[in-house]
Amino acid sequence: MRCGGFRTTYVADDQIFETVYPKIGIAVLGLALAVLPGLLTSYWLDVVNRIGIAIVGAVGLNILTGFAGQISIGHAAFLAVGGYATANLAGREGWPFWLVLPVAGLVTALVGMVFGVPSLRLKGLYLAMATLAAHFIVEFTVQHWDGLTGGVAGMSVPPPRLGALSLDTDARLFYVIFAVVVGGVAFATNLFRTRVGRAFVAIRDRDVSAEVLGVNIFRHKLLAFGVSSFYAGLAGGLLAYQAKIITPENFPIGVAIDYLAMIIIGGLGSVLGSVFGAVFMTLLPEVLRLGFTALSGLSPKLIGAFASIREGVFGLLIILFLIFEPDGLAARWRTVKDYFRVWPFAY
Amino acid sequence: MSFFLQLVVNGVVVGGIYALVALGFVLIYKSSRVINFAQGEFLMMGAYVSLALIVGAGVPALPAFVLSLGFAVVLALLVERLVLRPLIGEPVISVIMVTLGLASVLRAGIQLCYGTDTRPFPELFSARPFLVGGIPVARGYLWGFCLSGVLLALFFLFFKLTTTGVAMRATALDQVAALSMGVSVKRMFALAWAIAAVVSAIGGIILGSIRGGIDMGLGGIGFKVIPVAILGGLDSVPGAIVGGLLIGVLENLSGGYLDPLVGGGVKEVAPFVVLVMILMVRPYGLFGTVEELERV
Repeated sequence: MRCGGFRTTYVADDQIFETVYPKIGIAVLGLALAVLPGLLTSYWLDVVNRIGIAIVGAVGLNILTGFAGQISIGHAAFLAVGGYATANLAGREGWPFWLVLPVAGLVTALVGMVFGVPSLRLKGLYLAMATLAAHFIVEFTVQHWDGLTGGVAGMSVPPPRLGALSLDTDARLFYVIFAVVVGGVAFATNLFRTRVGRAFVAIRDRDVSAEVLGVNIFRHKLLAFGVSSFYAGLAGGLLAYQAKIITPENFPIGVAIDYLAMIIIGGLGSVLGSVFGAVFMTLLPEVLRLGFTALSGLSPKLIGAFASIREGVFGLLIILFLIFEPDGLAARWRTVKDYFRVWPFAY
Repeated sequence: MSFFLQLVVNGVVVGGIYALVALGFVLIYKSSRVINFAQGEFLMMGAYVSLALIVGAGVPALPAFVLSLGFAVVLALLVERLVLRPLIGEPVISVIMVTLGLASVLRAGIQLCYGTDTRPFPELFSARPFLVGGIPVARGYLWGFCLSGVLLALFFLFFKLTTTGVAMRATALDQVAALSMGVSVKRMFALAWAIAAVVSAIGGIILGSIRGGIDMGLGGIGFKVIPVAILGGLDSVPGAIVGGLLIGVLENLSGGYLDPLVGGGVKEVAPFVVLVMILMVRPYGLFGTVEELERV
């Protein structure tokens, strides 16, 4: 009978799945996702697709902020870069989506690394301000470089095509999005079993010690910005495909704050946490909306107030989580899991 | 030349308001090492509360002004006690995020009460512009400018001469040493928040009456204060004033000369370009403490 997590080898310590249950769970989840598009209405399919995009973006931000410890308030700007790269490559050049998405990711990674340069000299809240400035500069560029971005009018993005098949419905796009989600989550999970991933964590925990241990801080910080922005680029590209038209309105500063909220509510420094956070934050407005539709018989005024109530609830949740559960949903999940794993002999 | 002068004078007077709001921002940072991203929302709160008092409840302007400052103090004390104090000692990102969350809550509260439409704001100052060396300047801006000058002088004396002011400086310098000398660090934090809320509320009321109307866009000034504070030095009160004036002039000049070239909006982005440059070259700003910043 187990009564704690005792690992005696490095291999055991490195395992992703300690027991067989997560494997079964993931297999069931995979099957459920595969048949999901057939079961949902187009509205909820749209919600599920947005959850998928949010997961990709949140995992990316968590790599940078949660694992490497570099605070970024510029994530919306990186999403915008990915979105506009996609719009240009797919819309103007007519590239196929399986080429567009990685290239959009690479372009965004490059831009992200440029804005990561201040991190070589700054940390903590000074870096946060540099990324905030990056957001406003990118936003200005997007609004005014009409030749590249279509200005405030935006750009239209053609649906992705796979051979002769046009992936123009939410149900078909679902598979593209979730292929990226699965790949992204698997890559991130494995990243932190490698030297690079561990170097990120070492830099977050104490940069001087990391340097003493032989981690090249500059290179790894830039790499963290690059990887994170690559994810943001993918998410932005998927967003462009899903929204079909992108304008600067798609990427306000509020989006960056939403993503930060996702990784804080989900759990900083946890891939699973980013997934939880993305699902939670995307579903929350829908649940609120359902509640409101049920109540709207009582007061039609409430519907008009919905947008502000949503924002207020988001803000309140951020505050409450930071005060009462700073490690997020992922920590809660671990507690519950451990309780059952070592039951009845918990030490 | 007169175009240039006009831009500079306008920049200086707008900068006076920036300086006022940055003053609060710097005070909070100086005493408790918290970056307050909700500063713009405090400003909005001040403007909306005085609007509610003057238009809604029919209170005369001056008592309404005092009452809304009182409200700002109460709000700031509540926020400090309920939201910031549990997070003392937590990582920077938590503190940043909690003020961002706070900003959302305050904004939502205002939206629920007033909606997103622009509300007309009573004119507190005569609409007739005042002439500075032949250049017309809105009276409200001039008031803001003078008020920040007066407040700066007051704060300077407060920090130099009063026991509380010295205690606040001691807290900013070394919390443990201040505690051992019998300074109530908690009281100092609360005081910093109260002062910050008051100066933001003053800024909000002045801005509201200059613009003639207030809406959610007023909160955007909270982000603009960041380049101001960094340029002057994040932990320097005189720096906030100088930074405010510089950024005000700079955004007006760049807007005036570059807007025709790129089609508008330069005013909004120029402070942030400056911010990136300062962060790269001299992150502690013009008057900030050099050792204060932990370099990589």
